[in-house]
Amino acid sequence: MLELARMDGLAAQAQSLEQSPLSVRGMTVSYGQKPAVFSVDMTVVEGSMTAIIGPNGAGKSTLLKAALGVIKPLAGRAMVHGKPLNGQRHRIAYVPQRASVDWDFPTRVIDVVLMGLYRELGLLRRIKVVHMNKAMACLDRVGMSDFADRQIGQLSGGQQQRVFLARALAQGADLYLLDEPFAGVDAATEKAIIDVLKGLKAAGKTVVAVHHDLATVRDYFDRVFLINTRKVAEGPVETTFTAENLNLAYGGRLAMAQIDQLELAAG
Amino acid sequence: MSGEEFVPLSLTPLLIGMFAAVACALPGNFLVLRRQALIGDAISHVVLPGIVVAFLVTGTISAWPMMIGAAGASLVAVALIEAIRKLGKIEPGAAMGVTFTAMFAAGVLLLEQSDTSAVHLDVEHALYGNLESLIWLDAVGWDSLWDPVALAGLPVELPRIALTLVAVIAFVWILWRPLKLSTFDEGFAQTMGLRTGPLGLALVVVAAIAAVAAFDAVGSIIVIAMFICPPAAARLMTNRLEMQIAWSVIFAILAAVLGYVIAGYGPLWVGSDHAVSAAGMIATISGLILAIAAVAAPCRTRTGAPVE
Repeated sequence: MLELARMDGLAAQAQSLEQSPLSVRGMTVSYGQKPAVFSVDMTVVEGSMTAIIGPNGAGKSTLLKAALGVIKPLAGRAMVHGKPLNGQRHRIAYVPQRASVDWDFPTRVIDVVLMGLYRELGLLRRIKVVHMNKAMACLDRVGMSDFADRQIGQLSGGQQQRVFLARALAQGADLYLLDEPFAGVDAATEKAIIDVLKGLKAAGKTVVAVHHDLATVRDYFDRVFLINTRKVAEGPVETTFTAENLNLAYGGRLAMAQIDQLELAAG
Repeated sequence: MSGEEFVPLSLTPLLIGMFAAVACALPGNFLVLRRQALIGDAISHVVLPGIVVAFLVTGTISAWPMMIGAAGASLVAVALIEAIRKLGKIEPGAAMGVTFTAMFAAGVLLLEQSDTSAVHLDVEHALYGNLESLIWLDAVGWDSLWDPVALAGLPVELPRIALTLVAVIAFVWILWRPLKLSTFDEGFAQTMGLRTGPLGLALVVVAAIAAVAAFDAVGSIIVIAMFICPPAAARLMTNRLEMQIAWSVIFAILAAVLGYVIAGYGPLWVGSDHAVSAAGMIATISGLILAIAAVAAPCRTRTGAPVE
């Protein structure tokens, strides 16, 4: 099996960079003395749903942010379909961690979704009916169209997360990067979000999400990327989401009992 | 009050007060939302030694040397803050606090030690400005507004602050979407390709220009008050940024007009024959507006947010 996983890794690497919607090479990020992410390679497979998993502080979010240029890496680069990120940003939609913004900000739900249309609207173009309709359609996809005129601070955590997803949908990208989209949301929201993500995959889009809940990896995703500062493993859930890899990534912080409960691929 | 009295004595100080208040309140909205409100405070403290040095070097208090002096002082402040932060290993807020107060103290010390009696540059002027003295003696009434000869005698501070206000409005108007987007969600803005670092710097520079232009006319007290009080009060009035900006402009103008009138005539009403500082009263009124908003405005709490 390990052999198979390695072969898949090679296959992913061999998949030409032009095909990969996001490829990361030698990414290294440091917040101080210790690197948060060290020399990580990642090749996202087009049309896949990939979970980035690893323990707290393993550099999951950092890897995502560095790949997007939100954090300046010490070394490494990210490419979109083999081209530098800067000319390709319109192909990427991003859902940051919900807690990363101030929800007291004076703005309405619909205004947040319209932010996703910034590339279309530019500095001064007027917001027309087509833009409003587009934003409303995105809210509708996450089941939030009744809340369009609400102040964002008046939403529950799950509702806020759905608004963030609607904003990403408005970006109309082919690659969706989500930072812990299921953190602290209610069950209804989790269902709504995963339905949207699966819909994206069905439409041929690519989804990458930082994910915490190991119990749902198998149901939600078809590929996993395990990281603990360094890359541990990358590949299909069936071959890569193994007890051995989890132990490597979590370094014994995961009790064997926990691992036993997961329907893992044979290690 | 007749035009013969109002136009030469009160029109220009009123306009300058209003323009200065609005020019500071506009960028203040974003600074308050970015939790950088004290930058306005900082700027007005930090520029003082720069302005004094510029005066000592050139011997005049004209616009350009003062702007250059203020800019130089700001650079020194940034370098000092970074140095204290790195060498002292303390948090940025503390480093800023030390730097601002030290530089303001240095400015006051320079003022006291140097001979600036020939011009209107002293500690009192630095704090309160000289709004009351910015009168338009060439005017004889409302007709003077169409008289080129009289217009030539307008106090130079008026076109200066008017031009600054136009520049501030243009900045906020053109960069509205990037400013809003990067203030709300900087990381997301960056993934869209917005250069949020230079944008944030531009905001601070615009605030600094407004502060220095206003400082010249109305002193640092009003600058500090106008960066914070109207936007903070406006935030309590509405849950939409567009409306918040509108409210902040209304509050800034209200504070400027009420403050000026009360400072000029209030003491007469209560039987005293000494007018009080207009800038001080404008700042006081803006503080009162904030106090009233804090207890009575409609959007004081984010009610309706379910507890998670």
